[in-house]
Amino acid sequence: MAMKPVTFTLNGLAKAAFTEDGQNLLDFLRRGVGDMAPKYGCGQGGCGACTVLLDGVPHLSCLTLAETVEGRRVDTASGLAGATISPLQEAFMDRFAAQCGYCTPGMLMAATALLAKNPRPNRDEVIEAISGNICRCTGYEPIIAAILDVAEGRVGA
Amino acid sequence: MTIHRGRGFACINYPIGMNLGGDPSQALVHSNPDGKFTVALSAIDLGQGMKSVCRQIAAETLGIPVEDVYVDTADSDTGPHDMGSFASRGTHRMGNAVIMAAKEARSVMLEAAAEELEVDPADLVTDGKGNIHVKGAPSRSITTMAASQAAQFRQGRTIAGRGIFLIPLSDVDPETGEMTPVTTFAHAAMLVTVEVCDETGEVTVTDMQSAYEVGRALNPKLVEQQLRGGAWMGMSHAAWETTEPHYPSRDHGAVDFNGYLMPGPGDLAPHHISILERPAADGPFGGKGPGEMCANPVLPAVVNAVFDAVGVRIDALPVTPEKVLRGLKSQGGAKPRQRL
Ligand code: FES
Ligand code: FES
Repeated sequence: MAMKPVTFTLNGLAKAAFTEDGQNLLDFLRRGVGDMAPKYGCGQGGCGACTVLLDGVPHLSCLTLAETVEGRRVDTASGLAGATISPLQEAFMDRFAAQCGYCTPGMLMAATALLAKNPRPNRDEVIEAISGNICRCTGYEPIIAAILDVAEGRVGA
Repeated sequence: MTIHRGRGFACINYPIGMNLGGDPSQALVHSNPDGKFTVALSAIDLGQGMKSVCRQIAAETLGIPVEDVYVDTADSDTGPHDMGSFASRGTHRMGNAVIMAAKEARSVMLEAAAEELEVDPADLVTDGKGNIHVKGAPSRSITTMAASQAAQFRQGRTIAGRGIFLIPLSDVDPETGEMTPVTTFAHAAMLVTVEVCDETGEVTVTDMQSAYEVGRALNPKLVEQQLRGGAWMGMSHAAWETTEPHYPSRDHGAVDFNGYLMPGPGDLAPHHISILERPAADGPFGGKGPGEMCANPVLPAVVNAVFDAVGVRIDALPVTPEKVLRGLKSQGGAKPRQRL
């Protein structure tokens, strides 16, 4: 199998790794680079658990060829926390917006992209932004509430 | 085309755990030389909060801060035996086992402290902040850490406890079939409002009102989280999800999230939840378990609401537009039960 070097920025740090022919970005990040934040839910674009940001825009990493991130910026949930967790993560905790947590990294990235583009989204815009992400456990309401907490300045202002 | 509104009600008695083989859960509790305690379980926390609840139960029973308890559910190969995390049994079964184990560990901890303080163990109390002192004389005290270390390094004592939950097997009366399969019941009532379109057969849930009786809500936030998420899963089963839409033929069965329908955040109905606390006599600090019963009442409530709205009685889940339309056709149109 042909291997191809890919250099890119992952959560603000320069990275280089080899990708296999046709490898998707999710597999590349998890197995090749060791970033376990993006999750494998369905492998076919149906669940959003694998959501990462490419140059700030949410992408389903299971449907993205790894080699296409050459020279680009990739952000995953691993990069959200600095010395402390981010306001968005804090809001997720406060609102009990995770149970099993499997959808959480994807939800966080979808919400991060939304808030970067539109810092004060309303409820409908929040719902729209996470509508590609399936959650089995929470009933969505706590997730929506957490994102609105950040948008409306109730957390980390 | 007319949109018909309807209301449906359902209530349930939900058995906690089951009595197959006595439904056992074991717990082991031991102290570490830093004065903290480990609870070993084989039941797994799936995100519902079982670890948090067992931690609270252990801390309360031992009389130490909750921060000083570590719950290890790592490995069913090496941990004590457990039937598992299902049947809403976690809080009740494991909680009871944890209490039994923690009581034994506490009594050894007090013996160790008594030996250090040269008093009778029966005269000692814990303050829940990491100290053990003589009743009525808080100055005659020792920290749990010092007691643990004394036990470990001087007294040669193991501060540990074993716990098990086991219910006696219930015989079946050959005449009546009567038996006691469970020890405790939780209860719930659910009222949903739906809108049914008589042209498309589509059912939209517009409102959910519920009351859940959970024994004592040992961790109210976790209880609410489970009820809210679980009820929505029930809604999802009521109106969307099925692996076998054309059972028993597997043709056209769902193989991915395109075919296996689930409601998304845009389909949510407001859900108002009331939590009723009536501590269970045999529950750990009165707790039962919200578990599966968050989802259960939703399904019959939705079916009843559709009946109320258009007079169609659906007897196989999920309530799909196709079933509603077939029902409407066979009875010659919508027959609302009441005007809402
Ligand atoms: S794993 Fe990529 S969308 Fe499900
Ligand atoms: S928390 Fe379990 S899938 Fe969302």
